[in-house]
Amino acid sequence: MAYPTEYRYTKEHEWIVVKGGIATIGITDYAQHELGDVVFVELPKAGTKLAAGKIFGSVESVKAVSEIFAPASGDLVEANAALQDKPETLNTDPHGAGWLVKVKLTNPAELSSLLDAAAYEAFIAEKQKEASS
Amino acid sequence: MRYLPKSPAERQEMLAAIGVKSVEELFSTIPEAYRLKKPLNLPGPLSEPEVIEYFRARAAENSVGYTSFLGAGVYNHLSSVITDTVLQRGEFLTSYTPYQAEISQGTLQAIFEFQTLMCQLTGQEVANASMYDGSTATTEAVLMAERLTGKRRVLVARSVHPEYREVLKTYAKNSGLKVEEIGYTAAGTVDAKELQSALRDDVCAVVAQSPNFFGAIESLPPLAEAAHASGALLVTAITEGVSLGVVRPPAEADIVAMEAQSFGLAPSYGGPFAGVIASKEKFVRQMPGRLAGQTVDMDGSRGFVLTLATREQHIRREKATSNICTNQALCALAATVHLTLLGKEGLREMAEQNLAKAQYALQELQTIPGVKRTFAGPFFNEFVVELPRSVKMVNAELLKEKIVGPFVLGSAYPELTKHALVCVTETTSRAEIERMVAAVRRALEQPL
Amino acid sequence: MTENTKKVSRHPTQSEGLIFEKSSPGKRAFDLPPLDVPVVDAAKALGEFRRSEGVEGFPEVSEIEVLRHFTRLSTWNYAIDLGMYPLGSCTMKYNPRVNEHVARLTGLATEHPYQPQELSQGCLKILQLLEKCLLEITGMDAVTLQPAAGAQGELTGILLIRAHHEKLRNPRKTVLIPDSAHGTNPATAIIAGYQVQNIKSSDEGQIDIAHLDEQVTGDVAALMLTNPSTLGIFEQRIAEIAKVLHAKGALLYMDGANMNALTGVTRPGDLGVDVMHLNLHKTFSTPHGGGGPGAGPVAIKKLLEPYLPVPVLVEKEGGRLALDYHRKESIGRVRAFGGNFGVLVRALAYILAYGPGVRQATEDAVLNANYIRKHLVGVFDLPYTRPSMHEVVFSDALQKKHGVNTVDIAKRLIDYGFHPYTTAFPLIVPGALMIEPTESESKEECDLFIDAMKSIAREAETDPELVKTAPHTTRVRRLDEVAAARKPVLRWKPGGK
Repeated sequence: MAYPTEYRYTKEHEWIVVKGGIATIGITDYAQHELGDVVFVELPKAGTKLAAGKIFGSVESVKAVSEIFAPASGDLVEANAALQDKPETLNTDPHGAGWLVKVKLTNPAELSSLLDAAAYEAFIAEKQKEASS
Repeated sequence: MRYLPKSPAERQEMLAAIGVKSVEELFSTIPEAYRLKKPLNLPGPLSEPEVIEYFRARAAENSVGYTSFLGAGVYNHLSSVITDTVLQRGEFLTSYTPYQAEISQGTLQAIFEFQTLMCQLTGQEVANASMYDGSTATTEAVLMAERLTGKRRVLVARSVHPEYREVLKTYAKNSGLKVEEIGYTAAGTVDAKELQSALRDDVCAVVAQSPNFFGAIESLPPLAEAAHASGALLVTAITEGVSLGVVRPPAEADIVAMEAQSFGLAPSYGGPFAGVIASKEKFVRQMPGRLAGQTVDMDGSRGFVLTLATREQHIRREKATSNICTNQALCALAATVHLTLLGKEGLREMAEQNLAKAQYALQELQTIPGVKRTFAGPFFNEFVVELPRSVKMVNAELLKEKIVGPFVLGSAYPELTKHALVCVTETTSRAEIERMVAAVRRALEQPL
Repeated sequence: MTENTKKVSRHPTQSEGLIFEKSSPGKRAFDLPPLDVPVVDAAKALGEFRRSEGVEGFPEVSEIEVLRHFTRLSTWNYAIDLGMYPLGSCTMKYNPRVNEHVARLTGLATEHPYQPQELSQGCLKILQLLEKCLLEITGMDAVTLQPAAGAQGELTGILLIRAHHEKLRNPRKTVLIPDSAHGTNPATAIIAGYQVQNIKSSDEGQIDIAHLDEQVTGDVAALMLTNPSTLGIFEQRIAEIAKVLHAKGALLYMDGANMNALTGVTRPGDLGVDVMHLNLHKTFSTPHGGGGPGAGPVAIKKLLEPYLPVPVLVEKEGGRLALDYHRKESIGRVRAFGGNFGVLVRALAYILAYGPGVRQATEDAVLNANYIRKHLVGVFDLPYTRPSMHEVVFSDALQKKHGVNTVDIAKRLIDYGFHPYTTAFPLIVPGALMIEPTESESKEECDLFIDAMKSIAREAETDPELVKTAPHTTRVRRLDEVAAARKPVLRWKPGGK
């Protein structure tokens, strides 16, 4: 799966894209592949304050739990309610319909320290090389 | 030794295959200074007949031949020999936790049936596969309420079993929970006024027991309403599960913590028993303990698996809903078989017999001058009476007649100095009830 | 296969439904003796509290149907009575049947925990003798038999440690836990109100003492150590570890799950351990019963004695035994009543059967594990090469090259008639295969196991698909755990499936 060039990425495998002052956040295709079939997603309620680098939720497969780290700080506007009923969307469309939360950023400058698509793809290529050595 | 399937020759063969001369070499990583030079000073070895003789001798030193009127959280009930026949099957007795579902379907389906029976009994939507006992189930239910509400105060009724409250305090001390007690009324039930004035928006759980420690049945709907109005959850503890055969289920409770000992588990001097947590579906991800879920295999056949394991310690580790690993699976199986044997009609009939026997005992005791019923209001198979003289003295006299008398309430409730908690189940004959009443009458007639 | 053809193709034991599906109004399995006192009208006695009907949905079946139902279910289970469970750290040894017999004796199974203590001397003597035996085995000073399982024993032990520190005016903040630890360890520390700090294991799977010295600050309450570790390797410098901790006022907790490697050979008390728990359902043969019950006694050094849970067993004049409920500094109770007495009886029966010869069981357990290790080295990757005690940990690194992992190998082992070993634990070994045969396996069983594992390793090379799609011979295959977690169905409902 290609990594959208307009998105930014973290080393914890989250992505973030900003449109009209609202940032949408999700996990990458690499992350969903590592997790396996997603069975449950735990997300905070609207109004919650996210802090860059801090955990704001978790994604569960049958045998593992993965915590999600906020790529940037902001106030939570909406959590993706569709994931409660269909958590598998995270596996099939992690960069689109599998979005996790929409956030109103409080410090957009934080985005500049994130990876762009090319840097992220290089990062995971390196990880995959390490794993198979 | 008969449990070790090795001959001396085989041991030698294996040592040779490994490439060592003696088994001592296999312990070389233990520093010499700490390796024992002599055998442990332990009794035995005993042959099988000698093992049996040792325990028979101990059994003879206990209460064989006595009739008991004790309840207080552990109850004598009839059970079928078939329960043991099933439990003793090696495939149930000696099997492991069903993590490998393909070769544990027997255990898993039985757990699924247990979970179903517990829901049916309590009027709740989901139930787990067991906790250690009713006391720890109650404590874990409170911790669950804390996780669900994020609040830190707990209001627990004094009419909840004293040892259950002690356990809650032990666990609460270190998790930052503040536990406060709510008194009981002249009827022996939760003081709703006191509860209301204690309730604020910082309470995670209101804990009540029904039938409570005094045997009185609590009215749960007003307690639930009061709790919910303040954003708290109602936790209901049940120590005598047979009551559910004739008493309406605690459907208004948010979380039920039940002790399943009454369902075919021997009193066994305090354990092993089986606790259960039953609650609403929406709370299931905060429920501790194992859960068996229905699914299909690759050929479409129905099967069962342990599920929602991400709540548990082996995956969540420090963020787990509980540290519980080993539970009371075989005891839960015993309860499942027992309840299946009793069935709908059998459980109802057993419950009705308890009701009748306890009423009869109370009625007979009240014919003794000076013996007073303490709490008015409906009860199941336990009730409190006040005696004109010390309960301890009366019990001492009863012992001489090979009767184990009622529970002395004064030890747990200092304000109930002359009160006794009498329990009568379907196992106590009319003749024994009358014999007990006559003995109490005689004890009270004795000159001071 | 549809409902209509239920009886046709497969044997009834293979298609046994839920007990509720066999239910029909009017069937009964158990009769009660007739009531000998006047009947009471439930409506009058209970009023609004009355349950108007019997429990809705409760089964109504006959005695033979109940017996057949559960007998059929039992035939779907693997069990120790059938064969080996090579599960690491579970110690699935033989459950002696005489233990079942004595636990059920009238006079033991029938006793009420609140009956007068003078009528319970037999029970109390059993508890006292078990305490004495466990102290002799562990080399500790005192013991509580109250905890219901290992995890509860861990909690009790950490609470005792907390009480000790609180007495010294500083409860401290952290518990150190190796990354190879069982999940109950960190979960327990949190419940006890401590934060967890992980210690990385060294390249040899041991605690790095220099590192430890840095990590033990005045904020550290204790280190929770499993010995032998979950790698089956003895923590050789445990006495030094104890010294490092004690120098800073911290205590050493030992998780006794792997006691099967030590009983009769060495004693944790001699090694500097301050407090430990035992798993009676592991080392002391009480049956697992599909997941429990167990018991987790906690043995301590004298310094923790004032804080023991109540009641404490004491001996009075004339040898009379009693339960002491009045201990001012006790941490309280961790459960109602005294403990899982029925489990304690079974453990004592096991110890009495062996007597001082219990060391032989330990020797055979370690012999079996090393025999298996010797034959499988080279067939499977051995990540930590220090000597194994009662269990050995391999990894799936060699088989991974063919796309076969530890779970696949474990599932294929089922086709050879064995229960799988422990997969994917400890966490520090990626793709772990943790094997503990116990002393209950004969040379013949060990050889069969070795042959099966070798055969599977060959299959991984020559026919990986066969291994990856295992098991092939079980009643159900590859159950859909994802669906079970996404849409949990946790009970039967009428009309539903």
